[in-house]
Amino acid sequence: MKKPPTTRHLPQAAFDILSGTILVFGFTALILLIADAPVLAAFKNIWMGAFVSTAKVSQVLSVWVPLILCSCGLLYTFRVNLWNIGIEGQITMGAIAAMAALRIPGIENPTLLLIFSFFASILGGATWGLLTGLLKTRGGVHEIFGGLGLNFVAQGFILWLIFGPWKRPGIASMSGTELLDHDLWLSTPTGWRVATMGLLVAGSVVILTWLFLEKSRFGLKLKAIGQNPKATLLYGLLPERYYLKAIMITGACAGIAGFLQVTAVYHRLIPSISSGYGYLALLVVMLAGYRILLLPILALFFASLNVGSIQLPIVLQLDSSLSGVIQGCCVLSALLILGIRQKRERS
Amino acid sequence: MICDLSLPVLIASVLAASAPLIIIALGETLSEKSGVINLSLDGVVLFSAMAAFVVAKETDSLLLGFFAGGCAGMLTGIIIGYFSIYLHLSQVAVGFALSLLCRDLAYFLGNPYSRIQGPALLATKVPFYDALPSSLQIILTQPLTVWFAIFLIFALYYFFTFTRTGLCLRSVGENPAASFARGLNPGKIQLTAVLAGAFLVGIGGAAYSLSFKPGWGHPQGAEGIGWIGLALVIFGGWNPWRVAIGAMLFAFLQVSSIGLQDLFPGIPAQVFQTAPFPLMIFTLIILHYSTRKNAKQGNSKNKFQQFIGRVFMSRAPKALGRSYRQE
Repeated sequence: MKKPPTTRHLPQAAFDILSGTILVFGFTALILLIADAPVLAAFKNIWMGAFVSTAKVSQVLSVWVPLILCSCGLLYTFRVNLWNIGIEGQITMGAIAAMAALRIPGIENPTLLLIFSFFASILGGATWGLLTGLLKTRGGVHEIFGGLGLNFVAQGFILWLIFGPWKRPGIASMSGTELLDHDLWLSTPTGWRVATMGLLVAGSVVILTWLFLEKSRFGLKLKAIGQNPKATLLYGLLPERYYLKAIMITGACAGIAGFLQVTAVYHRLIPSISSGYGYLALLVVMLAGYRILLLPILALFFASLNVGSIQLPIVLQLDSSLSGVIQGCCVLSALLILGIRQKRERS
Repeated sequence: MICDLSLPVLIASVLAASAPLIIIALGETLSEKSGVINLSLDGVVLFSAMAAFVVAKETDSLLLGFFAGGCAGMLTGIIIGYFSIYLHLSQVAVGFALSLLCRDLAYFLGNPYSRIQGPALLATKVPFYDALPSSLQIILTQPLTVWFAIFLIFALYYFFTFTRTGLCLRSVGENPAASFARGLNPGKIQLTAVLAGAFLVGIGGAAYSLSFKPGWGHPQGAEGIGWIGLALVIFGGWNPWRVAIGAMLFAFLQVSSIGLQDLFPGIPAQVFQTAPFPLMIFTLIILHYSTRKNAKQGNSKNKFQQFIGRVFMSRAPKALGRSYRQE
């Protein structure tokens, strides 16, 4: 699954990136031609949609924050070779827990509520991750299916909350719960759409993840278990315990993403609070070849595609899922190039 | 539990709802029996559903529509096959990325065809319709996809159990190196199985957009079905019969959730629609425990336990998910 730690030469890497870019552009252009759409105008529209103004750039950053949080989290589970598809549900449960904490009656201080909410979201996400882990270690359910099942459970739960106990007075609708008080919104710089706190949290999670995974004994143990669980068992490490730890950390990161979605982006609970960022983060991590140094820049690239394509339906009458086509194509092209290179090295 | 559904109507709707799912899950079974996991099912179902609807709409031919759905599925099978069998990349990684790509591709290309009327495969009367009792009339009036699904169960069972080619395919899924030593070409056999399986998945997708939930849209209504198909293959222990029974069970849960909705009006419809998915996955846990217990007890004297053991015994193809490298 992982890229071998070969020392890549610079020209080789440049060639890979170039051929990958050509592949992605070529494929996307082909798809646009099939859809009978103007190719250059579509690319230009995505670019403009993401970078034309500071407001747009800050919107890209507001997508980048949850994306990088989830990607960092997923590094832990990928280290031990777990496929944490349940991350979508972990974001959702983090958001639900955050919202629940914000609704605690009797506390007047908004800062205190927000701090409560932050830790509640970590707890919510980690618990949901732990459930997936327990399903795997105790229940014998592969983490992909356990995670998916729990995603659907979380989805059902959030719908029930929005239409049931937490519905807006009078009308319950898919548009979500009532807006939070302004005191409970995380503050954003004027003219920007991304909360300062969000950026700070995301930045520190990236640094902490790098320290944990690359510089600590814990990271080394995770790596060892991922590469050979049987050997580490002889070494006195219990792989199952580390599976649970890794998936709980992922859940916690996803939970924080959920907290930020509630307090900094939507200011309420909506049914699709996770916005598919969990699945997108899986793609980001794969594209980065499971290396943390590439994550921030690739997450930024994916976030700009997401934001840039929002205008496509209005300007060019194209579906905004074009961003997803480009993102998926990036990952498959990277895999293709990697596969061909490995095959050549072997023979 | 189900208020205003009579038994024949219930059976008929379960059959109709399970047919596309049976075709999809059996396609995956075929691929997994040869040792290749095709995780892209969820996207492929949508992609082929879109392709089938667009072609059927443009050509006004249902047959071409189904064929296009199958071909769209096969196209993704080529990618899965090339990446995982010849380049030896992780089947899970390729499948997951392809799944998301196909889903978005379907939404993007299908956008101009959203929410428009198109051809749909209707239920047809069976021969001697008038001579049948009314309950059978209701049950047996089904679209052709239902009969195809039932035929497929028999066909695959026969193929795996009684034919030489089926044996070769299973042996590759169990031990590709030994099969190679016996003169088989594991890569070729796996690729054929993946392509045939993906073609069936495509037909299953077409059965959604052309028959069970006619039309195309965002969302189409087949979202999440591919993941259930994957779970069904494990639930069914890679046995066509049990996979099909699992599919019917799932369809029953879906159909009865409509009845439950009337009983609990306060709970939104979407909650019930998600309910069968986790239920399906939690049966996997029970399965795990019953399999493990029976393995421990060995040949138990208790007849009932023996029976349960036989029903729930399941074992994955040994080489499933591992790519085989010829030495």
